[in-house]
Order: sequence, then structure tokens, then C-alpha cells
Amino acid sequence: MTVTTNIEPVKPKSALARLLAVVLAMASRPSGLVGLVLVAFHIVLAIVSPAIAPYDFKELSAQLILNSPSAEHWFGTDNLGRDVFTRTMLGGRQAILVTTISTVLAITWGGLLGVLLGLVGGRLDEFLMRLVDAFLSLPWILVLLLIVVMIGFTPGVLILTLGFFYGIPVIRMARAATHDVVALDFVTAARARGESRFTIVRKELLPNVLDVLLVEGAMRWSWMLLAFSSLSFLGFGVTPPTPDWGLMISDARSFMSFAPWAALAPVVALSSLIIGINLSADALAKAIGIDRAQQAPV
Amino acid sequence: MSDPLIQVNNLSIGYTNRAGVTLPILRNIDLAFGKGETVGLVGESGCGKSTLALAMMGYLKSGLHVLEGESLFRHRNVFDMDDRALEDIRGGDLALIPQNAGQSLTPTSRIGQQINEAVMLHTSLAREQWRERTIELLTQVRLPQPATLLERYPHELSGGQQQRVAIAMALAGEPDVLLLDEPTTGLDVTTQAHILELLRDLAAETGTAMVYVSHDMGAIARVSDRIAVMYGGELVLEGPARRVLKQPAHPYARGLLMSIPRIKEAVMPASMPGQPPPPGGAGQGCAFVDRCPMAEQRCRDERPALVPTAVEELVRCHFHERIERLPPPEPPKRPSRPGLDDADIILSLDNVAISYAKPGIVDQILGRRPDVTPTVDNIDLTIRRGETIGLVGESGSGKSTILRAIAGLLPLRDGTITFDGVNSLNTSVDERAKDLLRRVQLIFQNPDASLNPRHTVAEILALPLRLYFGLNGDELHARSVSLLNQVRLRADYLERLPSQLSGGEKQRVAVARAFAAEPELVLCDEVTSALDVSVQAAVLDLLTQLQAYRGTTYLFVSHDLAVVRAFADRVAVLYQGRLCEIGPSPAVYRLPSHPYTEVLLGAVLEPDPDTKPTLAAEDTVDLFPPATGCPFQRRCPRRIGAICDTEIPPWQPTESGHAIRCHIPLNELHGAQEKASNAVAAK
Repeated sequence: MTVTTNIEPVKPKSALARLLAVVLAMASRPSGLVGLVLVAFHIVLAIVSPAIAPYDFKELSAQLILNSPSAEHWFGTDNLGRDVFTRTMLGGRQAILVTTISTVLAITWGGLLGVLLGLVGGRLDEFLMRLVDAFLSLPWILVLLLIVVMIGFTPGVLILTLGFFYGIPVIRMARAATHDVVALDFVTAARARGESRFTIVRKELLPNVLDVLLVEGAMRWSWMLLAFSSLSFLGFGVTPPTPDWGLMISDARSFMSFAPWAALAPVVALSSLIIGINLSADALAKAIGIDRAQQAPV
Repeated sequence: MSDPLIQVNNLSIGYTNRAGVTLPILRNIDLAFGKGETVGLVGESGCGKSTLALAMMGYLKSGLHVLEGESLFRHRNVFDMDDRALEDIRGGDLALIPQNAGQSLTPTSRIGQQINEAVMLHTSLAREQWRERTIELLTQVRLPQPATLLERYPHELSGGQQQRVAIAMALAGEPDVLLLDEPTTGLDVTTQAHILELLRDLAAETGTAMVYVSHDMGAIARVSDRIAVMYGGELVLEGPARRVLKQPAHPYARGLLMSIPRIKEAVMPASMPGQPPPPGGAGQGCAFVDRCPMAEQRCRDERPALVPTAVEELVRCHFHERIERLPPPEPPKRPSRPGLDDADIILSLDNVAISYAKPGIVDQILGRRPDVTPTVDNIDLTIRRGETIGLVGESGSGKSTILRAIAGLLPLRDGTITFDGVNSLNTSVDERAKDLLRRVQLIFQNPDASLNPRHTVAEILALPLRLYFGLNGDELHARSVSLLNQVRLRADYLERLPSQLSGGEKQRVAVARAFAAEPELVLCDEVTSALDVSVQAAVLDLLTQLQAYRGTTYLFVSHDLAVVRAFADRVAVLYQGRLCEIGPSPAVYRLPSHPYTEVLLGAVLEPDPDTKPTLAAEDTVDLFPPATGCPFQRRCPRRIGAICDTEIPPWQPTESGHAIRCHIPLNELHGAQEKASNAVAAK
């Protein structure tokens, strides 16, 4: 018997092509486009800013204290006479680097543990989830402060701490997403075949919860940026004279009434990045949703 | 039909895809019917039958729009009405009964409240009369003790009762037209027979016109005056029910009827080749051309029109007058399997009991087992190598539970399962040796759920091949291709995702995955019930061929008695987790039968206007099996007395290998059943 079919043989898209399709779908909504442009702008700027910054970020000048924006200093100067434009350009570098690595860390460990707990269930799951509840009830800023004060501020410590704490809510998300998948017959089929837990997690579960993890990761990223900047703002983060948005806002706070530009520039930079990430996360969720709907017959 | 209630004229509905191309879902539909008529809309999944029924109410799923034509209700086009006017006719004049009543009832409000709401919205009765009207409605749908039912919540009712409540709600506004969208799909055969008889009676009592949408020809045959057959978004045949069922004038309707297994014959039906076009995918010619046995060049070039024939029917075929001369399709040959009776025993279940009840914490500490009646109890079953044994029963009878226990996914409470004489299957999956796992494979009911949507066919097949045989690279590829060939799929299917396959193709991939392990025993869990009939026959045929080629043993679970008759060598009938009857397939389908088998066989619906189901008194299954006595005691129409409640009936052998578990002496049972069947025949 020959099999005839009306469906054109469709090559499955490569991972790259699928990624491109998702990005295009995100960009097709105005809010998604704005989000993507903002995020891309900040990332590119963080990479190239040392090369293109017009001034030295630590160059002090007694003549230039709190000058208003001018042709030489677009965003004015701060209380030590440093160029705000240069410092704003460079101020996101450490924040973005630390939080990006922490996000990957959080999603990886939180996602894997969540998927595993969702699969095995039982007492271990029950116990660890109560632990997760306990952690989630802690006021995070205090915990972060405590750790930074105790161990000291280095990017490494901060990456690990942020990655650990922000992985905890991810466990919950990944576990819930896994519960939806675990009940399906293909997982039962894998268990009945005698596949190892590792194979089931890697082959059957992870591909199906990746969507949720991606969106969750984007959300966590923006929360982490806020947390990082808050630490700097409180004086427990980046050490001067390294430029950092949180630190710059903190420094400029006292002069806000007569030199608002010094605070405004880092505030706009930080909030535009966070808004950009949130808009992208939103668009990503919708784009992946559309992706699913597209596969349905009508 | 002087004054049609609903008149659909040249209606086309479609959607615009992302590329901006408009694809039609319905193409040039013409249909009209008047008061008191019941029209059956039949067709396979994706043919547009539900879309058409909903369009009659002026409802289109999001994204769909009317391309041309109109749908008139009492001479007013529903697509021209504003929301206010639509609200007025929906529920009051045109009522819908959805497929899954359990999901359409609000779980948090009482039955009385929900029907009250319908009464409030669609009648002008005074508040004091609502309760009375509600009780009247519940009585009308033959629900016992309606007054007490008012206080119940939907989850306290059985599936059949929920469907009756949904019907009562639809009847609240005394509608002129009832639209029924697969109202009995998913219900047990006995319940389905009851609901269909109820609908017939209601149509006769109230004169309500009905549109009955279903994929099930048997159900359609039972309720419809006229039948409209749909294919690829078109109406291909419309005519009086008897004529359509007896002498279908369209090759699709003919093929569809012939692919349905009949309960009276033990032969596998002929399947239709190919598959229906995807929604909106029919070309410029006849939509059926790729699967038609009499297609010619003209069929490819020119789309046939819907033309009247000599009798009161309309058919969309260029060559419909030739159909009488078309030879019947050849039923697939069952390969002979000699020496089956002397083959060794591959699987034996000995006094198996399975319970879902988990001991509470106190019992766990004290090491006690809770003393509840097990879900499945007292199962003795032996299966010979190369044999197909069918396990039949209604939902909740424990069929799948037994399969899962054999597969090691559920622990046994009692008894032993032995595989191939030496290997104990009392262990869970984690404790079994890899080779033992390989020899027993499972195929699931719904391929949409049993195939990982993110895996290509290649990845799906690679998993068992890697796990059991450690294959990689070229070897893996070669074996995958050969497996696809065995399930009659082309090698380029390897690169597809499940969402790019049709239902039948998905199930073939699932079959290929099971056979990748080169199993000796394959556990089939309702493998064809999620498929369209025209595809079902092909999948069954495929399983038969694979069995002949490899000598595989099947344990085949199904609720469809006709399929089991055609497919299985031996049949075991299960009721609430207990065996009632077991024997060679012909013997089980012959008298004498266990009273439960008798009830099941009586409720089977045939796509034949001359047959009529025999209804048992009760269609509601209790939630838990009885603790003592015969499991069927509560519903048994042939109950003899207290002995049925207290003592487990003995196995009574009738002929070689056939036994019935009943207290009634065999000759008495046989006599009574013969009398009953003669009485039905005489009518």
C-alpha cells in the first residue's frame, strides 16, 4: 500500500530558524519591538561603551562640579565634576554582566530542580517545596544585604547569591509546568520503556517546559537588575569610583533639587532597560503562545 | 417541508491565514429542514460539521468569517442579526447541547440553580413557577427523583445524568431547533443508547427539529430522519436516512459505511485509503478525488455540483449513477496463524487484585493495609503466544488499570503476573531488567498525548532503539526507516513533528515506537478509539499484519464490541474490575451470555435503520464495586435474589474455553436469553 498525503512534507525548522521566527513574532507587536530595541540597545552599549565613551569616567574636575547639560557634557556633570553621559554609558556594564550570568544560573538550577521535583513528587517534593515556601517568605533585600556584609562585595559573590535566591521562585514555576506535562502519556510511555529519570527529564520534560522557563528567566532578569541597583544604592554594591546606575542615583540624590540631571540620566537608563526586558518577556510569552496556536489545525 | 425553520443557502465560511490566503472551511453548503425533522450531520474529524451546526446559530469561532451565502432562521439571516437579536433566538428558539456536558455545567452551582437560570432567561414564567418547571424538565429527560436532584452538584451525577441535565437546560426555553454537537461521544454504550432513545422520544413529543452532529454512524442512524454526509467542508450527500444508510449514492458515504465494523460479523472491515484533506485544503476538483475508487480525470479538473437524484436526495458526485456497479471493497485478509492453540503461555494473571487506595498515615505507621474493596479483583487470565485477547468493558471497568499493572506502572495488591513462564511481572518498572521491559510494550489510546510534541518522528523512534539496542548513527537511521516502512509511512516522515501528522499517521508512529523494541507482548489501550473509522480499520489491519509477521501477542483493551469481535481471538468481559465472561470470540458473541455481556451487546448501535438497541433498566454505574456477591448485582436485569448480593458467582463452563460467571443455571439463562432475542426479532 502506498501512502498518499495532502500535507506537503514539511522540514522541521532548525533551532536557529525557530529562534528567528520567535524574535520576528515578538517584533511584530509594537510593544515587543520597543522592548527588543531597548534591550538590544543596552546590551550593545554595555559592550562598546568603553571604546566610545567621550571622557574618562573617573576624571575629576573642580571647575565642572554640577554643571548643567551643555554641548561638551550632554548630561551635565556630577558633584565631583565627572561627565554624567560617560558614567551613564558605562554604569550598566557591571549590573548587566552580573545579572545576566545570575539569570542563567537561576534558571538552570531552579529549572532542573523544579522539573525533577515535578517528576518524582512524593515526600522529597513535599519537603523541599515547604523549604521553598520558607525561603520565599524572607525579605530578599535583607538577606542579600546580610550576605554582602558578611562575605563582602565581589561580582562572584553577587552572582552566586542572586543566582541562588532568584532560582527559588523558578523551582516553583518549573515544577508547576512539569506537572502539566508529567501526566501526559508520552511520559508514561517513557517510564514504561524503562528510561532513566535523567533521560525523561532531559528528553521528555525539559523541551516542554522550556517556554515557561524562558519567560520566567526574562522576568527574573529584570528583578535582579533592580536588586543589584538597590544594593549599590544602599552603598553595599559597586565600589566607587566604578560607575554604576544605583550608585549614581544614590550620589546625586542630595543635589536633586538643583541638579536633577545627575540623577535623571541613570534613572532613565535603568528604568528603560527594565521596561525593555518586561516588554520583551511579555512579547515572548505571546509569541510562544502564537507559535503553539499556529500548529493547531485552525 | 413547506416552511423551513432553518435554511442554509450556498454558505461558505473560511479563515485567512498568516500569509493572507483565505481558506474555506465550509464550501457552498445548502441545507434546509422544518419542524419535527431530525437531520444527522455526519463526517470525520475536521470536515466542518460542528462549524456548520454552530453557524446555524450565528456563531463563528474566532478567526472565521462568512465568505458567501447565508443561514436563515425563520427567513432571517443570522449573520445579519445584531447581538441583541442573536441573544433573543439563542437558547429560546435555537438551543445547543454541547459534547461534554460535564464541562458545560458549572461545577460550583447546584443542578436546580443552573436549570432555574435557563428557565429565567428563556421563559416568561413567574418566579414561583420556576421550581415546578425545573422539576417538569428533569422528569421530561427521565431523571429519577428530580426533586432531590435539584440540590445536587454536577460532579455528583454520572456522565449520562449530566448529559440529561444539559438536555433539560436546552429544553427550558421550548426551542424550535435543538443543535446537538456529539452529545453521546465519550459516554458508555449503554448510556449512549439510553440518551439516544430519550432524544428520539423528545423529538416525537415536542416536535422540536434537531440537528444531530456526530462522527458515529450508528448514533446518527438511530435518531435521524435525514442524513447529511460532510467531507472536506462540503456536503457530499443528503437524503432520507434509510436511503443513505442502505444505498449510499456517494463513494465517500459508501466507503465510510463499509469501514465500520459490524457486531454481527467477525470480519475486519475494509479501510479507505488515504486521508481527508486538511481544513481548507481541498483543491479545485472533487474533495474526495484522492481516495475515490472511481475517480477520473474529470474529477480532478471540475468540482461536482450538488445534484438531485431520482429519490429525494442530493449528491455531489459526477458519476453517482455508476456507484451501484462499483464492486465492494475487498476486506483485508486475516493471515492464518496455525498452531495457536498449542502455543505456550506467554502471560498469566493469577488471582490479581489492584487497589488505588493508599493507606493513611496511621495505617502506614502500624503497617496495616486499608480494608477497602479493590478496584480490580480476582482476575485469572492466561494468554498464549501469538494470540490476540480482547478485554472489553465500560469506562471504569478497570481495563486500563490491568494493562498498567502488567506494564509495571501500578503495584499489585494481590496475586501474581507471570511472563513467559519464568519471569515475574509483580515488580515495578524500576525493578525490571531491561530485556524484560523490552519484551512488553504499551500502545496508548490517544497519539496526541503519547507522542512528545517537541520530538520529530526520528527522535521518537530513536529513544527505544537507543535504550534497548544501543543503536546510533547509520544503523539507527536504517532501523528507523525500516520501522516506518513496516507501518507504511515514507522515510521522509522521520523529519516531521507530530503536529504535522494526521491522527492515523500519529498512531502508526506510536505503533512503530512500540515495535522498535521487538516486543513479544504488546498491550494496546483503546488504540483506535481516538481515530476516525476510515483510519481505524487501517490501523487494525496494520496490527494484524505485524502480528502475522512477528508472532506478537496482543492484549487489546477496547470498549467497542464490534472492533473486538473483528480483531480478537478470545474475549474477556470485565465489569467493575471483575471478570464476567471469557472465551473464544465467537462463543462470547453467541448465547448464552453473561447478563452484562447481554446488556452490552443489546446497546450496540448499528449503522442500519432496521436494528434497534435493547435497553437495560439502568444505565448508571455505581462508583464503587460491591463488597460482596456478584459485581453486576445492582444493574442486572436477570437478578435472581439475595444470592447475587452475598455470594460470588461460580464460573460455569459452556463449551471449550468459554465460561460465564453467573448464579443462573446455564440452560435457564440460555432459554431466557433466546426468548428475549426472539421477541426483539419478532418486533
